[in-house]
Amino acid sequence: MNRVCLMIIMAVTTYLVRMIPFTAFRKKITNPFFKSLIYYLPYAILSAMTFPFIIYSADCIPAAVAGLVIGSFLGLFERSLVEISLATSAVAFIVWFFLK
Amino acid sequence: MEKLTFKTGLKDGVPIALGYLFVSIGFGITAINSGLNPLMAIIISATNVTSAGQVAGVRVLSESVVFLSSALEMFLTQFVINLRYSLMGISLSQKTDSSFDTKNRMICAYSITDEIYAVASTRKSPINVSYFLGLSFLPVIGWTVGTAIGAFVGSSIDPQVSAIFGLAIYGMFLSIFIPPAKKSKGILVSVFLGAIISCLIYYIPSLSFISSGFSVIISSLVGASVAALLLPHKEDEE
Repeated sequence: MNRVCLMIIMAVTTYLVRMIPFTAFRKKITNPFFKSLIYYLPYAILSAMTFPFIIYSADCIPAAVAGLVIGSFLGLFERSLVEISLATSAVAFIVWFFLK
Repeated sequence: MEKLTFKTGLKDGVPIALGYLFVSIGFGITAINSGLNPLMAIIISATNVTSAGQVAGVRVLSESVVFLSSALEMFLTQFVINLRYSLMGISLSQKTDSSFDTKNRMICAYSITDEIYAVASTRKSPINVSYFLGLSFLPVIGWTVGTAIGAFVGSSIDPQVSAIFGLAIYGMFLSIFIPPAKKSKGILVSVFLGAIISCLIYYIPSLSFISSGFSVIISSLVGASVAALLLPHKEDEE
């Protein structure tokens, strides 16, 4: 029973954190600083979530680094999202397979 | 201007759904190893749709002794780790068209995840509700189905292999921030500072009290603020 209550607290908190700002905040922002901040923010969030965590996420650092290098390389050549995400894990898998 | 439909959304959601499928197999395994039953793991994934928050939540569940203190801990970890979704919601509300009324916002808020937000907010034109629902559809299914696979048959899959396939999600991040960083100095500075600050928080022992959720908030806000001050974004440059 306690676990069910905790699961409800978990789901409700997660939902409200998403819902309240998205629903309440609707004015168009005109301030140039805030406009720029919001334009740059998603890229900064993604990079902060990638580094350094990508290195440790696969429990095999050489494989993860190989994936990171290939993913970044393909990114510089502007390959598609699907190609880059598949190549990243495929290369990591190959490296891990030969190292184990 | 490109036309964004439910179908466009579905298509954009395919790689996210594949990444989620792999990552959530790992979550399913973690949940079972922490003493939850498969049904609980699946319900958690279907009601939260987030990776870091769920892993922290499962830890709180499995360590729960005194209900009141666990309840407080659950609220605080979910609030802090998922606080970035508040920022994303505010950011996303600048990209939405008039189809997002209060009811639709309350529905769509459920599936604001890092990846769905990233794809939706980096679309050139404003997004509508149909596109957003299409974009969310497959990832939510992938996340829930992957959790079920992990929970039911996870013990027979090598967790190391599922962790390696989980790298697909990071590959996806790379594919979203690297190409535009080549074209915009402001994005390059945001990406660079976001990564540097995040690494500093991770590696400097005296900063290790900062949780991974807070680390993302601090790193991205500082990185994007510095970029916004030094290199204000001009809309006609897009």
